[in-house]
Amino acid sequence: MRGNAFEAKVKGDGGTELLRLLHERMGEGAEPPGQAPTPDLAAAGPEGRAARTALALREATEAGGWALLDHPMLALEVAGSPAYLEPDAVVVHPDGRWTVVEIKSFPMIDAAADPSKVGAAARQSAVYVLALERVAVLTKGASVDHSVLLVCPRDFSNLPTASVVDVRKQLAVTRRQLTRLSRIEDIADELPPGTTFDLDGQSGASLATAVEAVPAVYAPECLAACELAFHCRGRAREQGTVTALGRSLRGELGSLTTVEEVLAAARGESGDPADPTVAAVRRAAALRAEAGAPCH
Amino acid sequence: MSLIATLARLEAVESGRAQPLATVRHRHLSERPLVFVPLTTAGEAGAPLGALVGTDRNAPTLLVVPQPRDRDLRFTFLADLAEAVLPYLDAYAADIELTERSETDPETGKKTKVEVELCADAPQLIVPGRAGVDFVRLLGRSMRFRRTAEQDPDAPYPAPPRVPLLGRWFTHYAERARTPGAALLLAATDLLNRHWATGQSSLEDQHLGALLAWIDPPAGEPGAEAALRAELARGADGQLLCPPAGPATDPAFDNRLLAPAVERYDRARQALQAAEDGLAADDRLGQLTAAEREIRRLLAAQLMPTWSAVWRALDLLRELPEGDRAAARWTSDRWSFTGHRDRITAGEPPQPRRDDAVTAATKLLRRERAQAELEAGEALDDPLVMAGRRLSGEAFAGEVVEVTPAWSESKRPSPRPLLTLRTDDAPHLAEGAKVYRSLDGKPQKAEFVAYEPGGALVLRVLDKMGRAKDPAPGSVPEKGDRICWTLFEHEQRGAPKLPDPEATPWTHGGPPGAATAEQPDAPTPEDLL
Repeated sequence: MRGNAFEAKVKGDGGTELLRLLHERMGEGAEPPGQAPTPDLAAAGPEGRAARTALALREATEAGGWALLDHPMLALEVAGSPAYLEPDAVVVHPDGRWTVVEIKSFPMIDAAADPSKVGAAARQSAVYVLALERVAVLTKGASVDHSVLLVCPRDFSNLPTASVVDVRKQLAVTRRQLTRLSRIEDIADELPPGTTFDLDGQSGASLATAVEAVPAVYAPECLAACELAFHCRGRAREQGTVTALGRSLRGELGSLTTVEEVLAAARGESGDPADPTVAAVRRAAALRAEAGAPCH
Repeated sequence: MSLIATLARLEAVESGRAQPLATVRHRHLSERPLVFVPLTTAGEAGAPLGALVGTDRNAPTLLVVPQPRDRDLRFTFLADLAEAVLPYLDAYAADIELTERSETDPETGKKTKVEVELCADAPQLIVPGRAGVDFVRLLGRSMRFRRTAEQDPDAPYPAPPRVPLLGRWFTHYAERARTPGAALLLAATDLLNRHWATGQSSLEDQHLGALLAWIDPPAGEPGAEAALRAELARGADGQLLCPPAGPATDPAFDNRLLAPAVERYDRARQALQAAEDGLAADDRLGQLTAAEREIRRLLAAQLMPTWSAVWRALDLLRELPEGDRAAARWTSDRWSFTGHRDRITAGEPPQPRRDDAVTAATKLLRRERAQAELEAGEALDDPLVMAGRRLSGEAFAGEVVEVTPAWSESKRPSPRPLLTLRTDDAPHLAEGAKVYRSLDGKPQKAEFVAYEPGGALVLRVLDKMGRAKDPAPGSVPEKGDRICWTLFEHEQRGAPKLPDPEATPWTHGGPPGAATAEQPDAPTPEDLL
């Protein structure tokens, strides 16, 4: 696909073009890289590749020159189990700084790209920075840049252009989320013994039961990110939770968490009139009826 | 989302049908809008794949790029698009009325009336969704700096003659769409969402098919089920029954139907180029035409459901009566169209890639003003919108229980009657706060005096009562009148003027330098557009 073709083009010729862009945007007076070593990171299995990457990073930092690591492998502990991550590239600066490079195929038109896509790229890169930091603390003289280089096609062409993206905010958010995640073992402990999500070797019905066993907190944002979103949405609608209509409703409606409760409170059938939410909902319903919205 | 809109959504969940959020239509709809449904190529951000365009719902023009990676075919598409859109725009540009506008004489500083042209109506573009508006902007950006062979004989890939002009119009329309309340370029989903609340989230409301399923479900079917079908249901061939409204296409369509068809087209084209004699060429040309026809058929099948959906949305919206102030806002759209028409006639260069500081500041000011005007206008046009403002304490409706004549304490006393009102609303009133009501379409101002022990509130009416000692008849409310007062102003005051461009301080970009003509994008072998 175009994305892969573009990445190959950016990294072609030993990464000269990529390093030139990086030096131009965040070189800070260092010597231009020209041709830089690109260590071989091949190894068996993700652990092997992660170890090989750590070694290559240490060697490059000690060497004190530019180095380009193409598709390094990084490990990060997520909810108690290791996850392996593969950034597009990591560049080692002569002063021991490491910079994550993210190559995307969406265009930067007049030096501006689609904000939602840039945001997604920044969140993705922040995870790489976090994983790199685990390696950097074990490496003498190394530090990880909290800005990443985003490389995109320029305007309507296939020529690369780059922009420095500050990911400190995304880093803080990801860090906090990672510490808050429930450990996988804790989640597994709550499931009935023998539950499996294996697609082969069990019927559709038993797979559905297994999925049902895991509680989910659905919000409309899930639709953009998760394949189970329609399943969770169906369940949330069955239960009549107001969050299925948007996260902000939860804050607005306070203790009234289901559609039924809110409407009953609005009609004056239930709810404590002293509760400010109930009073507000009743007032809103009265005003809406007065203004001519059809009642039923 | 206000609590009233939230409540409407919850009612929609319960009843299985969308609930009204407005009693009038808050956007002007043209008698003869141009509907534009574009598709883009997957993975080639911005390369057009095809489009349906036209003003007649029964006879759309289908434009197709059989091989989106081919520059010549893309240019053909854009040229055809220009042929479909520009005559529509030109028809409106020619029909003018004369009107007066006051202009300041640069030498004397006096205001004088000048007679100017204003287009009698403006062309209106409707796209299915917000992504469509962005795509119009993208197309505009890609086309407006192109050079035609006439402008630049040395251009390596000259654009077809009318393409740069279409780029400038698309850019203008997309830019105007950022002004709140403007109606030159509208997204069908935005229009529907303004007027109805569905039983789903605002994210899901971006799906035109699902949205229509809630607003106008097939007889007897609950909206949620109809919407789910619009989102997910696939036919026996694995294709969505309600294809996405674009510009992005469904991956299943790209992989299973489109990719093989484009490949057949490529093969047929190569075969034609390799043909050695006329007879074989004729035969292969036939194959190429057949391959192209197949792609046209596929794209038409993807586009037609969206095309009908946009027209159905327009039908639904036309059932609502147009708000008075929506019609007034359309006049500023007409001014905007006339202004751009004049800039093009005057031979001004295309809009720059980036606005300079002064232009950007002016645009921002105008949009803020338009936003405030829109909010006030919608509330005044529509009791259901006003209900939301009343709930938030920005307006209140009450019955006049007493009118006390009073006068100001100046040498020539003017009427300043006091009104006592009883209201169930809870406005956020501080002492001396100004409130406004609509009197024959003009705002009348009053100030809040105090609360009476019983909870009634006292207002002092300040203007619109004539010059005489006694107020003009009908200008002061009478006992028993029910009146809605607002805490926000009905009309926006003019913003403070920005300094002349020559006097712009360096902190704000400085005086404009010599106008440098924008260069066209340098062509590269792998251009997308």
